Amino acid sequence: MPIWRGYDFHMTLFLSKRIAIGILTLLVASVIVFSIMEILPGDPARIMLGMNATPEALAALREQMGLNVPLLERYVNWVTGMAVGDFGNSYTYRSPVIDLIAERAVVSLPLAVISLVLSTVIAIPVGIFAAARRGRMGDTVSMGTAQVGVAIPNFWFALLLIYVFAVWLRLVPAGGFPGWAGGIWPGVKALILPAIALALPQAAILARVTRSAMLEVLGEDYIRTARAKGMPRRYVLWRHALRNAMIPVLTILGLQFAFLLAGTIIIENVFYLPGLGRLVFQAITQRDLIVVEGVVMLLVASVVLVNILVDIAYAMVDPRLRARA
Amino acid sequence: MSAEQTSPPVEGAGQFVRAAFSNASFVTGFVITALIALMALVSFVWTPHDVINLTVANRMQPISAQHWFGTDHFGRDILSLIMIGARNSIAVAFVAVGIGMGIGVPLGCWAAARGGWIDEALMRFNDVVFAFPALLSAIMITAIFGPGAVNAIVAIGIFNIPVFARVARAGAMALWPREYVLAARASGKSATLITIEHILPNIASILLVQGTIQFALGILAEAGLSYLGLGAQPPMTSWGRMLFDAQTRMMVAPHLAIFPGLAIVVTVLGLNLLGDGLRDVLDPRLRRQR
Repeated sequence: MPIWRGYDFHMTLFLSKRIAIGILTLLVASVIVFSIMEILPGDPARIMLGMNATPEALAALREQMGLNVPLLERYVNWVTGMAVGDFGNSYTYRSPVIDLIAERAVVSLPLAVISLVLSTVIAIPVGIFAAARRGRMGDTVSMGTAQVGVAIPNFWFALLLIYVFAVWLRLVPAGGFPGWAGGIWPGVKALILPAIALALPQAAILARVTRSAMLEVLGEDYIRTARAKGMPRRYVLWRHALRNAMIPVLTILGLQFAFLLAGTIIIENVFYLPGLGRLVFQAITQRDLIVVEGVVMLLVASVVLVNILVDIAYAMVDPRLRARA
Repeated sequence: MSAEQTSPPVEGAGQFVRAAFSNASFVTGFVITALIALMALVSFVWTPHDVINLTVANRMQPISAQHWFGTDHFGRDILSLIMIGARNSIAVAFVAVGIGMGIGVPLGCWAAARGGWIDEALMRFNDVVFAFPALLSAIMITAIFGPGAVNAIVAIGIFNIPVFARVARAGAMALWPREYVLAARASGKSATLITIEHILPNIASILLVQGTIQFALGILAEAGLSYLGLGAQPPMTSWGRMLFDAQTRMMVAPHLAIFPGLAIVVTVLGLNLLGDGLRDVLDPRLRRQR
């Protein structure tokens, strides 16, 4: 790509504006998360010590946990702490939140990445195939399947997968995660079903978007020109059309990443995977606020980051978007 | 002059109905949705079996002539439960769409009418809400305020607000520079009046299409929350709640999970087909691309 050759003023402006908006989004999000957690009923110190705690012990623990500091100061401490990677200490696990996150991310991140790759690898060729055969049998069948796929709740699909592949055929474990210590294969094996369950409904959406984006591009004049000057159909499809159809596809991919991260909450609960989703779900039910706050902010940050990356990818695909910044 | 030019869907209700019912997607979606709604309504007066006075001896029975979809761990007829569960699933999604439209559409119209910093601030705030994975936030809200159908409605509804705000704003923005709106402004009508008289009728169709899509998403979200035990609580039931109950008993009785899931799939499929069909009929420009 020629964009990075030399200094590009528009790209620099575009990037700085995007990053500034991203940081602003994070700050507003942190205020929202903090406020929600503040209005939550329940005193974390009391939850830690139980109902029979003496007032003295309670006061001492509140002091130790920094709960006596004024609200604004606590917010500032929290945000500045996160900026340097200190997410505080969990009340229930009694260990740094960042360690808990790191421990769980080795499950959730591979899961999200595998399902994203899986859904992309399935959806984009299907979308192109359907667009190329518009109105014919192949189009009708693949888009009909996609229409059904969009309607399937991923956790229900997960239950069916467990029944068929784990209970009935006994090919893969029904749940749990052996960790990566015993080699890559046992870990991947435990993630296959959850990844498929997450990926297929997403693939259905992506295939539909790819198809309509391709159809839109295929109606353009330059496609007709390319065909008229004798370029092979296949070449026009993959070289000219696909590249121009990428913008809406990239948008959906960016959105899907956020969706996948949140989707892991349910899927991890179905498969008893010790990932971020299960961590945050358990932390919510145990009122372990600091963990909830940390994980939610991390998820929001990754969504913001992915959106910035998608915008950069746009600018690389379409130089006109850079100039508009 | 441009009133008919810009608002093709508004005039000729008969023409619209004819166009709609010659669209295969719309007809299929309409029939499915109508059947599901009918099923939910019928459940108020009649279900194949009584689900309140239980016969525990009947528990976890497989599919039979008497119990088409089998029975659950309390001996309740699954078909009857699905009919009753439909009420909750539909009610939650419906009210959540209502919240999203009721707050989002005025906000979006306001942003489009005022422009400037109000517009910018509202849209930036929208971006912030979009950055929260909706499901995660819904889980947070229901966990904080306690599980239950009402809190599920609020949790799902909140995340419909920015969706409708964005759609309404985009539609309204495209209309404000039109001649007939300019004419209305020149004649001294207020922005509120113009929005009510000219903008809303013309964006009603895109809002309706978005509403159908959000309705389908609402059904899925309710199912997800109830599946985690955060939505409908016993003795109330919903399709998601039935899956929650089925999960631990799946190994012995897979029918417990299959039928409520199928109910969700069929309903969401029907709504999506209805939405696709509506969009094709209301916006012929898009149909060519599809």
